Amino acid sequence: MSTNSASLTPVKVSSDVIPTKMFGIDSRFIAPILITLILLGGQISFGILESFLQTAVAILTSIIFEIVLSKITLNKFPHLASAYISGISVGILVRSPDIYWTFALCAAISITSKYVLRVKDRHIWNPSNFGICAMLFLAPYAVASLSIQWGNNLYAMAVIWILGSVIIYRLKRFHITLTYVISFFVFSYFRSLYTGDPYFAEIAPITGAMYQLFIFFMITDPKTTVRYSKSAQIGVVILIAFVELIFRLFEVVHAPYYALFIVGPVANLVDIYCLSRKSGA
Amino acid sequence: MKRITKIFLIVLFLALLAVPLVVKRFYNSAESEIDTETAMQRYGFYFEEVAKQSGVDFTHLAPKLDSKLENIMPQIASMGAGVSIVDFNKDGWNDIYLTNSGEGSQNALFKNNTDGTFSDVAKDLGIADVNQKESGVSMGAVWGDYDNDGFEDLLVYKWGKTQLFKNNGGTSFTAVEAGLPVWANINSGIWFDFDRDGRLDIFLGGYFPENLNLWNLENTRIMPESFEYAKNGGRKYLYRNLGGGRFEEVSKQFGIDSNRWALAAAAADITGNGFPDLFVSNDYGISELYLNDGGKRFIDASETSGIGFSPKSGMNASFGDVLNDGQLAIYESNISEEGILLQGNNLWMPRRNSSGMEVKFDNLASDFGVDHGGWSWGAQFGDLNNDGNLDIFLTNGYVSADRNSSYWYDFAKVTVGNNTIIGDAANWSPMNGRSLSGFQRKKVWINDGFGKFNEVAQMVGVNETFDGRAVAVADLWNRGVLDVVVANQNAPVLIYKNTVTPENGWIAFAFEDGNPIGARATIFWDGKRQTQEIHGGSGYCAQNQRRFHFGLGRAESVEKAEIRFPDGSTKVIENPERNKLHLIKRDF
Repeated sequence: MSTNSASLTPVKVSSDVIPTKMFGIDSRFIAPILITLILLGGQISFGILESFLQTAVAILTSIIFEIVLSKITLNKFPHLASAYISGISVGILVRSPDIYWTFALCAAISITSKYVLRVKDRHIWNPSNFGICAMLFLAPYAVASLSIQWGNNLYAMAVIWILGSVIIYRLKRFHITLTYVISFFVFSYFRSLYTGDPYFAEIAPITGAMYQLFIFFMITDPKTTVRYSKSAQIGVVILIAFVELIFRLFEVVHAPYYALFIVGPVANLVDIYCLSRKSGA
Repeated sequence: MKRITKIFLIVLFLALLAVPLVVKRFYNSAESEIDTETAMQRYGFYFEEVAKQSGVDFTHLAPKLDSKLENIMPQIASMGAGVSIVDFNKDGWNDIYLTNSGEGSQNALFKNNTDGTFSDVAKDLGIADVNQKESGVSMGAVWGDYDNDGFEDLLVYKWGKTQLFKNNGGTSFTAVEAGLPVWANINSGIWFDFDRDGRLDIFLGGYFPENLNLWNLENTRIMPESFEYAKNGGRKYLYRNLGGGRFEEVSKQFGIDSNRWALAAAAADITGNGFPDLFVSNDYGISELYLNDGGKRFIDASETSGIGFSPKSGMNASFGDVLNDGQLAIYESNISEEGILLQGNNLWMPRRNSSGMEVKFDNLASDFGVDHGGWSWGAQFGDLNNDGNLDIFLTNGYVSADRNSSYWYDFAKVTVGNNTIIGDAANWSPMNGRSLSGFQRKKVWINDGFGKFNEVAQMVGVNETFDGRAVAVADLWNRGVLDVVVANQNAPVLIYKNTVTPENGWIAFAFEDGNPIGARATIFWDGKRQTQEIHGGSGYCAQNQRRFHFGLGRAESVEKAEIRFPDGSTKVIENPERNKLHLIKRDF
């Protein structure tokens, strides 16, 4: 997850134009506020975090790396919404009991990836997706991913879904979320047919907390979703769900992360190529 | 961007990615086997697995529950291998009681023949045939002298009807109708005298709800409503011993009202007021700490003590003075599977500036190096090498079936689901012979005395990978060392006979009369001190010996031993002899 705030470099594509204000608040702060509310609500209600300190370490590392790398590479002080979201996402999604270095490292890798893995001045991986995948690959002995619910009832889940949907709708990214959810349910049906497993078993993951963060913050990130057109965004998100289906058929536990890790940069490279041809023409 | 800046960024990025590979070297525990001589030199002890050669040929069998659960039967019928140590005939030698869970299977009481071998006498004594579909099957057993006749009686807790057997002078047993639950799915039980009236009381922790008969289900909605926040498990029972073989259920009256999924319980005096406090380790949620307010009520201090946050899959409850400072830490096992679910085990250390009813705990398992177990079950503290520091023996492994096929993906898929999904066993993908955290090694963590534990299991001869459940420590052959018994699910029991370097001394205390459960001993030696308590059940479905065993390292003498009896009276023994089992007689 990078940010749902407005792009630092506005791209004049209709599907990517985000209102500058929402509910009277600078829209760049909307996503950080939402994710903070989710974090606080989840922690106060159900104690979803192992500790606030781990999340604080992730946020702080993220912000420090953002400031330092921005000053070094661009010689300017960055807007910190993006780093804050990356940090808080790492703080929620990474599970690493009683260990702090994993949170700092994951946040550092996430932010640094933004500055290193760039094409045509765009970073092509979603930073926190990259950081989490890197940690799951390289440090499975110390890191897992969030694998719980928000409590044990539908209400907490419903609140997050409704609130998230409203905000994502106002940010003009709801089509991405909706497409992914529909794709997930459809592909779950096919998975169920293929594996013989109960359909409810296949859709169970999307009712968990991790997917809510994935759907509302990660796949909708304006900086790392394609900008060519709304249909292109829809096509990419269907592709992500499809690759996830493949991973799931091979019983890969972290299928959604890995699907985005693979599809995201490929789609962005194609997007960059298409946009450059469009602007050239 | 300048070229030098680009190079810096790339180097930084690669360096960050390399960090996990470097750190991994510190996570790998030693995994090589060494000969016993080297083990002795390095660690001061080694184990030899001797169950069969000592006559303990016992294999646990799992129950076959309602066929509606067939898709995940290995997961549901995954408990019941318990072990408890007892000297049932008061001959001064520890015996071993093992629980079985297959319908029609027999529990076993291995009487110590005092010549290095054991013989199963359970059938002759009438405490073997307790596992039937109609009355339920054993999950564990604990021993305690409820009628104060000098002989420990047997409590078998079950998925079904919990049974109490009166010990008739070590020669036979009589089933007693004491008003215990007619039907409940109990997975933890302990004896403790919570009101210190001189009569042992009983705590029973339910796992599945008590209205379920797992052999005859109406439907498949029997699973926890959440993997980490479930409160739809079995109820808890607190039976106050009224004397005359009668018990009264007083749990709610005394402040214990919980339907979490209890898997382990243990009692010890944490607050220092002389009354035993109760720790309950719960699956699918937070664990609970009930502080004993002078025997009048229990105060739920789960949250105020810091224990009741961070829900995990609690499966063990054992107490140990790991820093030799007189404060009892609590070891609680959980689930860790690389890259998928890293709960980490808990070592709840009492905070130094907290005490009494305001006691606070911090989980320092990671700092102490005892967090990564596996799918962990029973654990016990014990000074395995007699060096003066309490070590930990932990057993791991859930379902060992097909070595090449794992159920983890499907397990992880459903456990994140909403309660409408996770709560119904029919929604769970079939296991189809797959393993779930199977074939895991046990952990033997040696305490360096300064807050760090080193894992040495394989190097000291602990290599078996059965699905371990209960662990009990006891000096089985009166040699001044702690041996370890491990009960495995669907697998043979293991007895690890300990050989300890003679350079390390020891001292032990046993009770000549009276009930020892709840007694507390602190010994002072060589500028150190260590506190232990005797429990009426601890670990996971286990009970250790009813003796204090202290390692002394190379110290030549012990300054004194302070013994506090369960009724609060005390006795001080000055300069007790080293390398000796002392029999304590209470001064009335």
